[in-house]
Parts: sequence; C-alpha cells; structure tokens
Amino acid sequence: MIELINLSYEIDNKKILDNINIKFDSNFTVITGPNGSGKSTLAKIIMGILKPTSGKILYNGEDITNLSIDKRANMGISFSFQQPVKFKGITVHDLINLSSGEEMNVHDACEVLSQVGLCAKEYINREVDSSLSGGELKRIEIASVSVRNSNVTIFDEPEAGIDLWSFNNLIKIFKNLREKNNGKTIIISHQERIINNSDKIVLLENGKVKEIKSTKELNNIVSVTNCCKVGGDINE
Amino acid sequence: MNNLDSHILKIINEELSRKDSAYNIRKDGKSIERASTDNIKIESKTDKDGIDIYVKEGTINGYVHIPVILTKSGFSDKVYNDFHIEKNSIVVINAGCGIHNDAHKDSSHNGIHRFFIGENSYVKYIEKHYGEGDGDGKRILDPVTEVYLGKNATLEMDTAQIKGVSSTIRQTKAVLEDGAKLVIGEKIMTHDNQTAKTIFEVTLNGSNSSAKVTSRSVATDKSHQEFISNVIGNNECFAHVECDAIIKDEASVTSDPKITANHIDARLIHEATIGKIAGEQLIKLMTLGLSKKKAEETIINGFLK
Ligand SMILES: Nc1ncnc2c1ncn2[C@@H]1O[C@H](COP(=O)(O)OP(=O)(O)O)[C@@H](O)[C@H]1O
Ligand SMILES: [Mg+2]
Repeated sequence: MIELINLSYEIDNKKILDNINIKFDSNFTVITGPNGSGKSTLAKIIMGILKPTSGKILYNGEDITNLSIDKRANMGISFSFQQPVKFKGITVHDLINLSSGEEMNVHDACEVLSQVGLCAKEYINREVDSSLSGGELKRIEIASVSVRNSNVTIFDEPEAGIDLWSFNNLIKIFKNLREKNNGKTIIISHQERIINNSDKIVLLENGKVKEIKSTKELNNIVSVTNCCKVGGDINE
Repeated sequence: MNNLDSHILKIINEELSRKDSAYNIRKDGKSIERASTDNIKIESKTDKDGIDIYVKEGTINGYVHIPVILTKSGFSDKVYNDFHIEKNSIVVINAGCGIHNDAHKDSSHNGIHRFFIGENSYVKYIEKHYGEGDGDGKRILDPVTEVYLGKNATLEMDTAQIKGVSSTIRQTKAVLEDGAKLVIGEKIMTHDNQTAKTIFEVTLNGSNSSAKVTSRSVATDKSHQEFISNVIGNNECFAHVECDAIIKDEASVTSDPKITANHIDARLIHEATIGKIAGEQLIKLMTLGLSKKKAEETIINGFLK
C-alpha cells in the first residue's frame, strides 16, 4: 500500500502539490480533477520520477521517498505513462519482454496485446516509434505495464486516445490486476465508467485534495468531474 | 585456419556454414579457401590483387561469402573485388572484415568493391566490420563501394561497425538507372579515440529511381564521427537520407548533408538528428526495473540493431 504524508511539490516557487495526505488502501482508487490540478505530478512522485519538495512516501510502511525509480519498480510499483515514450529499434515484443522481465514467446506476447484489442501479429514486430498512432502507443503502454503484475500499478489517463476500443476491456485489465496477487490499482481518469468501477475517489484541485470518497457516496462527485472534462487528450 | 581465424569469422560472417554458397576466405592478403558453384564463379584477378565474382543470369537464391581476416600486426592489405551480376538474379552477399592486432604496428584493410547489377536483379549486401586485440597498433578499415544499378535493379546494403576499429573512412558511390532502387542501412559505434567518416554519393539518373540511406551511429568517450552525403537527382526520382546519432561523454558528431535536384520532379529529403539519449527513454526503462546503466545499454543496442 502507498501512503503519502504531508507531501508537497514546488517548482519555480509555484506550489504544484500542496500538503497531500492520501492512503491508497483500496483496491481500485481513481484520482480525478481538472487539467493542471497536479494528477500526473502526483503519479510521477509516487514512481520516483519527480522528488517531492517536502513530505514522505511510504510503501507498505517503508519510507521510499529517496529511492530511485528502478528500486521502486523492483519493489512492485509500476506506472503507465500519460504520454507513452517512443524508441528507435525497440519492438513491441522487446518492450513486453523488458516489462515482464522475461523472454516471452510470440504466442504469450500476442495474448498480452490482444487484451488491449490489438490484433497482435500485426504489431508484435513493429518498433515502438512514431509509425504507431497515439492510440496504438497508448494501448501498447497499458498492455506492457499490466504484464508486470505489480503490487501497485498507476495508470495515467488510460482512456485518452483510445476511443475506438471499449472501456470494458480496460476495466477487465484492472480487474485482472486485482485478481492476480491482489494488486492495487491507482487510475488517473476523467471517465465516468472507470470512476463508477472504483472503490475510492480522490478529487484534486489546484494541487490540493478537495475530497476523498468511497464509491458508495460517489454520485455527486461524478457530476463534479463531468463538468470539467470527459476523456483526456493524448497530447495534453 | 586456426582457432583465432574461426573466432573472427564467426563474429563477422555467421552464415558461412551454408553448404551451397560460393565463397572466398582471404587471410593476411592471401586467398586461403575458395569455392564456386554452378551459377556463381569466383576467379582471381590477373592485373591486380582481388577477385571477380560472376553471377549467371537468372540465379535464384545465390549466396556469396567473401570474408577477410587480418591477424598480422603491421600488415596493410588492399584488395579489388568486382561483382558482375547478370539480369533477373537474386543474390545475398556477405563481406565481413575482422582485424586482430595484438602488437603495436598499425594493421589496415582497404577493400574496393564494385557492383555491376543487371536488369531486374536483387542483391542484398551485408558487411560487418570488427576489430580486436590488446596491442596499441591501430586497426584501420577504409572500404570503397561503387555501385551501378541497371534498370529496375535493387541493392539493399546493410553495414555495421560496432567495435574495435580505430579509424575508418567509408566511401560509397552509386549510380541508378530507370526504376532502380538503393536501400542502405549503416550502423556505426565508436569508442575511445576512434574516428569514423562516412561519405555517400548517390546519383539518381533514371526515372522513378529511388534511394533510401539510413545511418544510425553512437559515438562514445572521445571518439569523433562525420557523416557526409551528396544525393543528386537528375530525373523524376525520390531520395530520403536520414542521419541519426547519439553522443555520449566527450564524443562529437558532424553531419554534412547535401542534396541537389536537377529535375523538377526530383523529390529529395534529408533528415539529421544528433543528441544524447533522451531522458524520458531512460526514465521509462527504469520504471520497468532496469538500472540506469542497463537502460542505456538497451536503448543503444536497440538503436543499432
Ligand atoms: N516542469 C514544470 N514546470 C512548471 N510547471 C509545471 C511543470 N510540470 C507541470 N507543471 C504545472 O503543474 C501543474 C500540474 O500539472 P500536471 O500534474 O501535469 O496536471 P494534470 O496531470 O492534473 O493535468 C500544471 O499547472 C502544470 O502546468
Ligand atoms: Mg496529466
């Protein structure tokens, strides 16, 4: 479980995150809130990509605030980027292998891709570069991260740019992660259907936690987020 | 052939085990093994050092191997190899060169390869350059490649120099007739104080001829690389030249592209990118559990694959 204690992040004297306290003890937490509210920054801090200005990050009770990205990854934290990174010469199959930490055979790697609705054979040997569309890159990102079966997986706006692909598949992936080794999922999302499937919702606004609610009390929060935006843009 | 020879051969020319290939193995300036096939004849030149390789019209799936190994420190080798490929043929040619230099004198190999590729023929040319040894003598490789592509002929040329070559100057010249196609993929990695210079000159004379040149290079330590290309379009044609370099440490890379269109329907493109490894690529691989060092290796290996 991840716990954030008095966590703040400043850049150029601007407070991006302001004294955040969250316990991610539910199986399926959604972080939502308007664009620019600090959601991606929060995710990057949990993964170790950004260092907080003050405050602490605990993972199963252990202080990981000063640990490197790869250490955290190997402890069981994974992150699916809002904007997937492109590579020259690294194929989709390579990426799946790197992500799973083993040499997967073609059949197994294809299974991974078909989870995100990609016809695997066409993609497996493609390079993860700009010859793939934004939506394709995004699905490959989600599939390759989910194959890690981590204890904690953070997805940053998984719905962005994948309108052609049904949300049911996406939700199935989150459920799979929960079933296998009881993984906890943290999802940054604006999507009502994803929010409706969550156990807990964190609403961020201007770098502050505006509200934390469990699903039972959810209904009025959904209307709050709907007014801001439904479905992010891959390039934002 | 001793163990060292087979070790080098394995690195530069892994497919030599094919039984049906024509081949010529050159070691320290001499041809030590040779075989021709029904369709592919290899003969020594009479006027200078080198061989002529004749591929008969209509040869399908021909294989030629002409590896070169240099193990004598201080040896300077120069060889002329001409490929005469008649029309309607499909041929794969492997021409690796490996230098083992354990002493302090410079060793060099200078291979001048000419290709005459007939109508409708397809040739794949694979060249791997490699150097090793503990001596402080230099390992120098200066290949010259001249290509003449007849009507609707295709040459795909893959060259790689990954390790151990102190200095190289690579010159590649090509002339293309109607509908001919040239595809070049070059990979170079330099270390220490190594230098590599690569020069392309492609002349598109034929209508609907096309050329694609892709150079990917990694320069590390204090090494220096230079990429020079000149593509001339004299007809309705298409060319795309791409030079993509990663620099590390105190290395430097220069890219000097030139494209000349002498015809209103010539479409010529040059792209060049030089820079360090993208930070976001390192971060992404680290989120998959790779150390920074391993992430860097993975990015470079992929880039040069
Ligand atoms: N490197 C940076 N320098 C300055 N401001 C930044 C930087 N990165 C993010 N921000 C700002 O921090 C705020 C939060 O950004 P982000 O976490 O990406 O928001 P969200 O993911 O909720 O849309 C935004 O106002 C953004 O402009
Ligand atoms: Mg964001």
